[in-house]
Amino acid sequence: MARLVFLGRLQDVAGCAEREVAAAPLSDILATLSPELALALTDERVRWAFNGELIAEHGGITLGEGDELAFLPAVSGG
Amino acid sequence: MIDVRLLDAPFVPGEFIGPFTKAHPGLGGVCSFVGEVRAKGGVEALELSHFAPLTLPGMQALAASAVERFGLMGIVILHRTGVMLPGEPIVLVAAAASHRRAAFDAVDFAMDHLKSQSWFWKREQRAGQWHWIEPRDDDYASLSRWD
Repeated sequence: MARLVFLGRLQDVAGCAEREVAAAPLSDILATLSPELALALTDERVRWAFNGELIAEHGGITLGEGDELAFLPAVSGG
Repeated sequence: MIDVRLLDAPFVPGEFIGPFTKAHPGLGGVCSFVGEVRAKGGVEALELSHFAPLTLPGMQALAASAVERFGLMGIVILHRTGVMLPGEPIVLVAAAASHRRAAFDAVDFAMDHLKSQSWFWKREQRAGQWHWIEPRDDDYASLSRWD
């Protein structure tokens, strides 16, 4: 299994803070989510962190066993 | 001395400022800022969430860049996470330097970056309902002062 992590308001859209998913190409995983959530996660203002590291390129990602992809919306300040 | 922490329980800023000051004999000045949860607008509580792999490392990098940029002797950055009530401290930044201007500027610099670049998400509880807080344009304007 792999894990999706939702930060900030994305938790409300997802209805949870994280979700276990079967290891697969990300495009396949996104297709299993609600269209509203998939749209929110792929918004250009949302940054992605793959296993805790920010990634600049969002294409061609495959989640393997134990991988984590976190979705980080714009921060709202300290 | 560089001391950067995330705290998940209430803290008393003064308990950190004294020891921080003593750790830098010969300093010219210490400047400190404490941000608290505002008691206005019907806010009953504030919750700050973070992302462990990025939030603290980002704060540590910010502290290091402030020390280098302003030639500080030391800096403290403490930031709360979790649920806070009005009047509770959210953040403490203190800078020690040979001269006051560096200390003032370093605290200002660190706060602007914490507000607009650090990995925190904030929501407020009003009338029993939680509302996520979106970034504000003036936070970005404050940040651009340091470009």
